[in-house]
Amino acid sequence: MVRLMVDAPAAGSDESAVDAFLQGGRPQEPTAQGGPSLRHAPGPYFGGYGGRWMPESLIAALDELEDTFEKAKADPEFTAQIADLNKNYSGRPSLLTEAKRFAEHAGGVRIFLKREDLNHTGSHKINNVLGQALLAKRMGKTRVIAETGAGQHGVASATAAALLGLECVVYMGAEDCRRQSLNVARMELLGATVIPVTNGSQTLKDAINEALRDWVANVGNTHYLLGTAAGAHPFPAMVRYFHEVIGEEARAQILDQTGRLPDAVCACIGGGSNAIGIFHGFLDDASVKIYGFEAGGEGVETGRHAATITLGKPGVLHGARSYLMQDDDGQTIESHSISAGLDYPGVGPEHSYLADIGRVRYEPITDSEAMEAFRLLCRTEGIIPAIESAHALAGAIKVGQRLAAEDAGAASEKIVIVNLSGRGDKDVATAAEWFDLLDEDSPEAEIAKEGEQL
Amino acid sequence: MSTSQDGTQNAAQHASKSAAAIDRARAQGRAALIGYLPAGYPSVADTIAAGIALAENGADLIEIGIPYSDPVMDGQVIQAATTEALAKGFRVPEVFDVVRGITSKTDAAVLVMTYWNPVVRMGVDEFSRRLAEAGGAGLITPDLIPDEAAEWMAASDKYGLDRVFLVAPSSSPERMKRTVDASRGFVYAVSIMGVTGARASVSSAAKSVVAAAHAAGAERVCVGLGVSNAGHVREIAEYADGVIVGTALVAAIRDGGVDAVASLTKDLSTGLTKEEA
Ligand SMILES: Cc1ncc(COP(=O)(O)O)c(C=O)c1O
Repeated sequence: MVRLMVDAPAAGSDESAVDAFLQGGRPQEPTAQGGPSLRHAPGPYFGGYGGRWMPESLIAALDELEDTFEKAKADPEFTAQIADLNKNYSGRPSLLTEAKRFAEHAGGVRIFLKREDLNHTGSHKINNVLGQALLAKRMGKTRVIAETGAGQHGVASATAAALLGLECVVYMGAEDCRRQSLNVARMELLGATVIPVTNGSQTLKDAINEALRDWVANVGNTHYLLGTAAGAHPFPAMVRYFHEVIGEEARAQILDQTGRLPDAVCACIGGGSNAIGIFHGFLDDASVKIYGFEAGGEGVETGRHAATITLGKPGVLHGARSYLMQDDDGQTIESHSISAGLDYPGVGPEHSYLADIGRVRYEPITDSEAMEAFRLLCRTEGIIPAIESAHALAGAIKVGQRLAAEDAGAASEKIVIVNLSGRGDKDVATAAEWFDLLDEDSPEAEIAKEGEQL
Repeated sequence: MSTSQDGTQNAAQHASKSAAAIDRARAQGRAALIGYLPAGYPSVADTIAAGIALAENGADLIEIGIPYSDPVMDGQVIQAATTEALAKGFRVPEVFDVVRGITSKTDAAVLVMTYWNPVVRMGVDEFSRRLAEAGGAGLITPDLIPDEAAEWMAASDKYGLDRVFLVAPSSSPERMKRTVDASRGFVYAVSIMGVTGARASVSSAAKSVVAAAHAAGAERVCVGLGVSNAGHVREIAEYADGVIVGTALVAAIRDGGVDAVASLTKDLSTGLTKEEA
């Protein structure tokens, strides 16, 4: 099981992926059934994707990180430290909860929620930040920097930094700071410094640019704690490693609870970290269909979306070759989504590869579809999901209905796992605005009048 | 003397325009001056006029930047300029108009400085062909390292273009060697760990990066990042083969237009002569 994926463009399926990449096309081949294992792909390349499209100034730091990470993985003390923090700090293993009333709306298949929302800080993000913060300490770095969109990764980074005694600076688009002022306060309560980014589009991608500029200048004492499975090698493989626990737990839990593997696994895709974490557990299980749901925003036909794999073209951004929302000149296009955590015009390179070889299907979910699923989960299960995760829920409804349509009699025997990547506390204002629950005179309604997302 | 460190010169069958320009300066007993301007700021016509002014007032090489949405190696001044150029509708193919506009009027070597994705989007071969047709000397690639440059190595050989990779204070000896070997024309030594922008003084790291690049076999090493005035130029000209000025020129065109570029260039060029006899 732990064989390594062929990482150079050499084997047959990889070759076609590379060709497809070079031509900007995307073959829809059957899954890699019977092929080499897709688990534990080490990078730097995933088919023709990944790599290090980075300034030379940062290469030494990436080398140091890769070396430290490889040694740490092989060090029982490190893996024990991670296991201990996961258990006694984050609260792992997270539950696998069957959502019976919700499932009635998904063709009557059985739906299980992987409850990353129950982790400390409220999302999967904690898995990655604890791992990277420990690596920062191993490298003797005293300062971590991070980018954040809505603030989830910023809060998680500030948390890990507080726990491990590291200085923490978080870059956040000025627009996002204003819209998410409570999360800014949260980071500051945890001792982090939040720097509003006023360059470019003042959103997540510009926060990443600014974090990279900081890193170039301070790389001696600073680790860049990237929040998703994107960026230059070793970030995609490393971030996945820290999230693999999601898929491992989910696989064992579903076997334990139902005695068999699921028919499908669903997750939302921002940069792709929660998704690759749960997918990894099932990549080599050929009977399990895997789905990634991207933010379709106001609809992929409107241009206002973040459906990077669905509509993007291969390119290089933030250190990796991957699908990218870009114009004919190669300028990055701004993404749009009701969910700040999915509002990113790039995607992790391993997802681009899994899309090209057909192992994972990526589909867009619109803001409206996500918000309907959001409401449904609240009302049927008493769980308020993150709006990011609501995209996976909306996708699971479609997948459940399709499974039921294939074989209506057997619907109740079909099993779908949804990665519930986070809880929705942070999204209450956005949802209240969406569902028109705000009192006319409330300050939130005031902001909403200006046409802002709360 | 070969103009290449990597022995691929024969495949290209072209002399390096950048190397020739640096060698002309060297023959005059001085370092070369390289001036940076972003294309389309404040307009394409202004970039051409300012490029000609650079060449007429002492610049030996000119570096034309392509405005890009995600310029991670640039500081505030250049970011503001390129953001404005994009907002005014700059399109990537216009960079070839700028290159042609300058090379048709001067004999300065004109390089394009670009983040890699715009080249990927156009197609590395297509971009290279058009750059060569416009009279361009080659590319400076701040976010492309030789490890990822297979396509560019092939295209630059095919069209006889220079490939200027960067080396930094953090480059290991192995990477220094590898990058020097992959480069043609000159090697761009980053003077400091940081992004573009004016700085009060020249980092002491600059001299050792140049020494390391020379030791790794580079024949021409030029220093950039933070070089802001004639005093900085003079200091760097002592040990480097060329001096690259960016932010100061961008601020000049911003504040005083083409005339300001001309007078700053004249002033900067006073620092080029090596002082030791
Ligand atoms: C709860 C939650 N889910 C998903 C995401 C998307 O990120 P990724 O695709 O890396 O999992 C985020 C990002 O902020 C998030 O907060």
